[in-house]
Amino acid sequence: MTDLASEQGTEAAQRRPRRWHILVFLAPAVIVYTAVMILPLAETLRQSFFNVVDGRSVFVGFSNFATLFGDPRWSADFWNALRNNFIFFLIHMAVQNPIGIALAALLSLPGLRFAAFYRTAFFLPTLLSFVIVGFIWKLILSPIWGVAPWMLDLVGLKAMFGPWLGKSGSALIVVSLVSVWQFIGIPMMLIYAALLNIPEEVIEAAEIDGITGWGQFFKIKLPLVLPAIGIISILTFVGNFNAFDLVYTMQGALAGPDKATDILGTFLYRTFFGFQLQLGDPSMGATIATIMFLIILTGVCIYLFGIQRRIRRYQF
Amino acid sequence: MNRTTLQGVLLASSVLAGVGVASAADVTLNIESWRNDDMQIWQEKIIPAFEAKHPGIKVTFSPSAPTEYNAALNAKLDAGSAGDLVACRPFDTSLQLFEKGKLEDLTGLDGMKNFSDVAKSAWTTDDGKKTFCVPMASVIHGFIYNKEAFEKVGAEVPKTVDQFFAVLDKLKADGTYIPMAMGTKDMWEAATMGYQNIGPTYWKGEEGRKALIAGTEKLTDEGWVEPYRVLAKWKPYLGDGFEAQTYPDSQNLFTLGRAAIYPAGSWEISPFSSAGLKLGAFPPPVAKDGDTCYISDHNDIAMGLNAASAHKEEAKVFLDWVASPEFASIYANALPGFFSLNSTPVEITDPLAKEFVSWRQTCKPTIRSTYQILSRGTPNLENETWAASANVINGTETPEAAAKKLQDGLDSWYKPAK
Repeated sequence: MTDLASEQGTEAAQRRPRRWHILVFLAPAVIVYTAVMILPLAETLRQSFFNVVDGRSVFVGFSNFATLFGDPRWSADFWNALRNNFIFFLIHMAVQNPIGIALAALLSLPGLRFAAFYRTAFFLPTLLSFVIVGFIWKLILSPIWGVAPWMLDLVGLKAMFGPWLGKSGSALIVVSLVSVWQFIGIPMMLIYAALLNIPEEVIEAAEIDGITGWGQFFKIKLPLVLPAIGIISILTFVGNFNAFDLVYTMQGALAGPDKATDILGTFLYRTFFGFQLQLGDPSMGATIATIMFLIILTGVCIYLFGIQRRIRRYQF
Repeated sequence: MNRTTLQGVLLASSVLAGVGVASAADVTLNIESWRNDDMQIWQEKIIPAFEAKHPGIKVTFSPSAPTEYNAALNAKLDAGSAGDLVACRPFDTSLQLFEKGKLEDLTGLDGMKNFSDVAKSAWTTDDGKKTFCVPMASVIHGFIYNKEAFEKVGAEVPKTVDQFFAVLDKLKADGTYIPMAMGTKDMWEAATMGYQNIGPTYWKGEEGRKALIAGTEKLTDEGWVEPYRVLAKWKPYLGDGFEAQTYPDSQNLFTLGRAAIYPAGSWEISPFSSAGLKLGAFPPPVAKDGDTCYISDHNDIAMGLNAASAHKEEAKVFLDWVASPEFASIYANALPGFFSLNSTPVEITDPLAKEFVSWRQTCKPTIRSTYQILSRGTPNLENETWAASANVINGTETPEAAAKKLQDGLDSWYKPAK
């Protein structure tokens, strides 16, 4: 009986046709992903080691990187962009994610009226184009035509209004907050989904033990949605360090005033494509892109190996 | 058939290469330009005037958006699908195309004799030997003012810097109008309408500009710092929240009649004229009455020949016509504010444009100081000048510090020929 079975097994193995369909089904994704993601990435990495000397592209080793970090002007621009980018990221982490979590917690309260309406309203800006968001906020905050000075005037706070987008002290914060406004829906939705996933039994058990209200949120719900918060943090990190569009639409490619809102994305754009009389420099642009890639890679690795492994998951 | 070749920009040309050559009887020339505002003028005035005289040559004007033009043109030239005729940006952008062999050498073109060396300077190689685009128009800087505002406060048109600030004081004291409409948010307004507008008076136009290129003057010299000091004094006369005021904001403030003086480029003339205000213009004020005045008369647009064009002979016929006084007259009158660079004087009908162009007789013209040669390296002097001008007006940087930063930036890559 056993002999027969094993014989049949080997026969089946011999007769089993090559599973071509796996390759066929993988092919579209692999080809498309390679063409639009992997090849350009490899090409960018390659280009960062080349530069144009006497009209010809030659291999220059790490000299582009040496320029970026060694030349006082390049490095000043780079560190300025990196610092602004970190501020941009920290504002998102400090404002967007806590508010997103709070909104999700409120939305998931049983018996909340118009929950669907609020959910849609909070999520709507995420669906808008950067160009629209940037333009609307530029108009709202305009000291000449904007509604912001008028509304502040209504409550007698006109004196607090300033041309925020034009001042180097406030421009970056304002742009970050506009971005927070736009993307608040994403952490909210992810946390909301995670909160809904918490089984009723756990909540009921907590209530029987006398844990309700704030205590219940912090002691029961928050630990259970921690993995989702981790995902949100890493999404925010990647998104922020790739950001470009909003600064470009609100402050232009020079990321004014005086590069106060210059982040890595706009720095890369100006370098790679050039701006006004500045001609594009693909080699230095690729170098900056490579550094951005490394920064994001490092961040994601820290998260994956340092944080995600330690997050405890609960199985219900 | 021709239509498809012309319109299907990249795709059609690579797929249907050579279709355009096939129809020899009626040659169609395609013009690339960033002046999409001028579409109507080309179609209704310029092209019919040319086609009436040159049967057998048809011309199509197909512009793209100004901000996309340089990139789009480069891509099309590389792909071999660009039009026969190409609008040329001044200086390095076009020079680079010429050096890469994308533009034809036009030094020998008959019509070139109609232009002075200054007119051709923006489209000539550094050694001055080869010219590759036919100059079309320049723009002049100055100040446009609202006549009603001046009447209301009883101000005269200022000639000197002191008079200029006296007028601003009067306007500010009266309070009906914002004395001057300019913002620093977009930065180039501060640099182009501010620094490059009033600057030539201090650095003595071409003299200073050439000395800067030769390395005998520095941006930290008096003539180059003083305009920044004057700009810094503009701050109290700008509108509330000028730090966040954009270029369209400034234009709207002025055309809505809320501001009295607008530091302008002559390209504003046609849009401003349609606002229904009584407008006048004055050149940048001088230090003392009787001093020579200098204006920025900046070469802005020209036309070159795509070296890969299949219809070079016909294109040269068109370019010769572009170089003619006839074209100059049509163009300058259809687009008041874009002044012909042709040596033959052009009769202009628009009163405001006439005022601007009259300064060519009384003042010494120059081009923007940062455009020739000096913006080739990194950091880019023109872009740095934007930031510096905006900072000086915002008061976040002193004129001296701004000038020093610019000179240091320039020194880091530019070594003038000794």
